[in-house]
Parts: sequence; structure tokens; C-alpha cells
Amino acid sequence: MGNAVRHLLSIEGLTKQHLLRLVNNGREFVEVLQRDLKKVPTLRGKTVINLFLEPSTRTRTSFEIAAKRLSADAVNVSEGGSSIVKGETLLDTALTLQAMAPDILVVRHKESGAAHFLARHLRTTAVVNAGDGMHEHPTQALLDLLTLQQHFAAHNRSLEGLRIAIVGDIRHSRVARSNMWAHALLGNEVRLVGPRTLLPEYFASLPGLRGNISLFHSLQEGIRDVDVVMCLRLQLERQSEFFIPSLEEYSREFGVTRTLLDACAPKAVVLHPGPANRGIEVSSEVLDSPRALMQQQVTFGVAIRMAVLLDAALGGEVEESHQIAGGHAA
Amino acid sequence: MANQVKTVPAHWKKVLDADTIARSLSRVSYEIVERDRDISKLAVVGVRTCGEFIAQRIRDKIQEIEHVDVPFGIIDITLYRDDLLNAAAQPTLKGTDLPFSVSGARIVLVDDVLFTGRTVRAALDAIIDFGRPSRVELACLVDRGHRELPIRADYVGKNLPTNRNEFVRVRLSEQGFEDGVYVVSRSGGKNEEEEQ
Repeated sequence: MGNAVRHLLSIEGLTKQHLLRLVNNGREFVEVLQRDLKKVPTLRGKTVINLFLEPSTRTRTSFEIAAKRLSADAVNVSEGGSSIVKGETLLDTALTLQAMAPDILVVRHKESGAAHFLARHLRTTAVVNAGDGMHEHPTQALLDLLTLQQHFAAHNRSLEGLRIAIVGDIRHSRVARSNMWAHALLGNEVRLVGPRTLLPEYFASLPGLRGNISLFHSLQEGIRDVDVVMCLRLQLERQSEFFIPSLEEYSREFGVTRTLLDACAPKAVVLHPGPANRGIEVSSEVLDSPRALMQQQVTFGVAIRMAVLLDAALGGEVEESHQIAGGHAA
Repeated sequence: MANQVKTVPAHWKKVLDADTIARSLSRVSYEIVERDRDISKLAVVGVRTCGEFIAQRIRDKIQEIEHVDVPFGIIDITLYRDDLLNAAAQPTLKGTDLPFSVSGARIVLVDDVLFTGRTVRAALDAIIDFGRPSRVELACLVDRGHRELPIRADYVGKNLPTNRNEFVRVRLSEQGFEDGVYVVSRSGGKNEEEEQ
């Protein structure tokens, strides 16, 4: 233990113990965010650089606020204002930033694997993945878990034993990937719902996910009796028009509406990672109703990122997933 | 609920038994009330984990003596510790809950064992983040000496001279044990490193 660099690159490979500690600590940071003085001195003197090479409002702002609430210094670098536009490679940019001795580099990049790539090359800086291409968005899955934990705690239910439908553009979604690993780790039933073109068959047979995941091509059947409907943004910029006949037809078949929810899953809550295409993957009526937890997701996002930054700043070896969890003495 | 009382390792040396603990806390509670007869602004705050139970007992005793409700709070000092970034293990936060207005309150801060004073320093910072109390007093079940900061307790259950290398362990019925305070020598075994 001690000062080994501790990255957060994906949900895949985390232990259940580690996952639940992050969610638990996120829950305690919710209390800090409700104080009049919303700041704790925990990471005083630490530096967090947000390297965001893809458009983002909520994630970048959320990480920046999280760092500041922990008293760390936060610096933002975006593509337009960086030497990337002069042709500098991602690695050179990251090494340049590392030479200024930040403790944590939060990375958003359009290429899958970008965060892993940087983690392999950076020696003294912990890398936190804020979304890499179509691969993973681990802090989104964690904030979704925290949102569900808070919601279901009020109904005397825990995070375990939930039935989740993830609906829409699964193929392009790093949010879906991170969430399916997270819920598989918790032993929850995950249903992936979408048109065949946007729902790769191999998800059902990935080692580690098998047994928890099932695929549905009908929205009605997919969301029947679920506790949670997670809508995904149809990623128009990732050329989804090649995968669907038209937005209208997609919306008719896979748009989540109140009528459908009332009929198939009347008690289900609705999550959406944002930004939403209103009227396409989900109706405005659903998004503006109390069952939609989008605002809570954003609020809890700051808390969960405080937990993630604390985890990364403290260092220490990451528990390997093949180790048996719970080796602590009581 | 299992009624099995948990037991401590045989090599732990018991220095305070249940009776002594009860009498000490009763005396401390009377002292708190006597210090200022106006207890309308009084609030009792325990430091997680063990201080929370001691604080609860003191609060209950004061309510029994005075027949008034006394606000009660709990603080988790993890985010304020001066050694957190050097800690060996990742922390699990347990949460702070101060369900009363800190500003203007007379707060009695309670911990089980007063040792280096670093926990108290962190707890003071945590409290002051919630407002400006009119006064903060410190109560502990055991003062074992070896202070590293200029901090002293206003109310002490028992002064317990110890060797710097020993551990003092408090085990309470709230945790499933018989009430007791123990001294454990450092050579006594592993898993003794969590003491601050």
C-alpha cells in the first residue's frame, strides 16, 4: 500500500467491495453538499487536471466542482484551447501535463481505450476515466448507482436485487457498458433493449456478464416489471442514421412514453445520462415527471466524483477482481 | 438478534469494568449540568465510532437528570484527519449528522479515549464548518495522556496512565460486548494498527 498510483479506468474489473465503497462514500458526500459551507479540507494541496477532448457540460463541470469541494486545485484543459490543435499527440499532451505534477488527470476522449493508454504511460499521476469513446464511463455508472441507492433506500430496498432495463443505442453507449458491468457485479438482472442494429448479440455471452444479461428487441417486453428504465441518448453524432430507418420510426418503436410505463412498469423510475433528445428516446412528459431522476443524477454526480477523486488521491494498490473480497478483520 | 455477547482476546488487560464506566459517565453528566445551569443551548456531539455511544449515554443521563430534550449529533472526522493522505487503507465514510443549529450552541464534544488530541482537533474543524458555537467543551471516558497538541478535556471519566506503545480499547454493549476498557500491549498481535 502507500503511494502506488490508483487509476479508475473502468467498472469492469472492479471488486464489488470497491464499487460499494465508492457508492457509500458518495452518499456521505451528499451530506457535505447539503451544508451551508459545502467544502471539506480533505484534498488541500492536491491538483486535479480535467483534460476534456470531447464536448461535455455536466461531466466536466461536475468534476471541477467535486475537486473544489474537496479543496483540491482544479485546472481545465479543453481541446480547442490546447496544443492538440497544433498537432501534439495525446501522449505528449499528457506527459507535458504530468510534468507539472498534478495528482489526478481526469480524461474524456473520443477514442475507446484512451484512459487505459494514458494510465500505462503516466507514472506519477492517477488517471480517472471520464468517458472514452464507446468503451466506458465509470463515474456515470457510479452516480446512477448512487441515485438508485438513494431512491430505493426510501422504499427499504437496497441496490441488490433490482431489475434494470437499459434501452436504446446500446452499441455506441459507454454508459450502458459501465452500467451493465456494475449491475452484473451486484448480481442484478440487466435487460438490454433496442433494435438489432444497435444491440450487439455478444453482450449476452461476455464472460463476467453471462447469466445477468438478456436481450430484448421489443420495448414492451423488455421493460415489463422492471424497477429501473435507463434511457440512453441516441448518439446522432456517432452516425446512428446508418442503424435506424428514421428518427420517427425509432421513436415509435423504442421511445419511452408514459402510456407504456403505466402499462408495463408502473413503479419504475427512469434514468437518463443526459443530454436527452426529447421526444426521440424518451418523451418530454416522462422526463418532466417525478419518476424521472435526471436532476438527482446530476446532483449525485458531484458527490460520487468527490468519492472517486478521494479514492484516486489516496493511492494504494487497487484490489484485484480475482482476490476474495472482505479480508478485513471486523 | 443473537444474544451472544462478543468477547475480547484473552491477553487484553481489563482496566475499567461496566460498573466503573457507568459511574464515571454519571459523574461526568452531573458535572456538565453543574458547569452551566442554563442548559437550553446544550448539545452533545459524539465522535464516530465509539465516542458516539459514550455521547449517547451522557445525553440520556442529562435528560434523565434535567427532564429536557438535549440535541444530539455525530461527527465523522475522516475528511478532516491530518494523516488521511498517508493512511494505509482506503476509508469508508460513515457520515456526519448534526441535526441542530450549531451557531450559538454550547457543544459538549465526546470521545471515548483522549490520546494525541489530533482527533479532537479534526472534530473541532468539522464542527466549526457547521457554524459558530458559543462554546465547545470536551468530555472523554478515558484520558490516557501523550498529547501532541495543546488540547485538554473539561470532563474526564478516568485518567489512565499508559505507555506510549500500548493500545487502549473500549468495547461497549452497543457493539455487542460487555462494557469494558482494556489496555493491550503492542506486541499483543496483529490488526492493532487502526488506532490513531
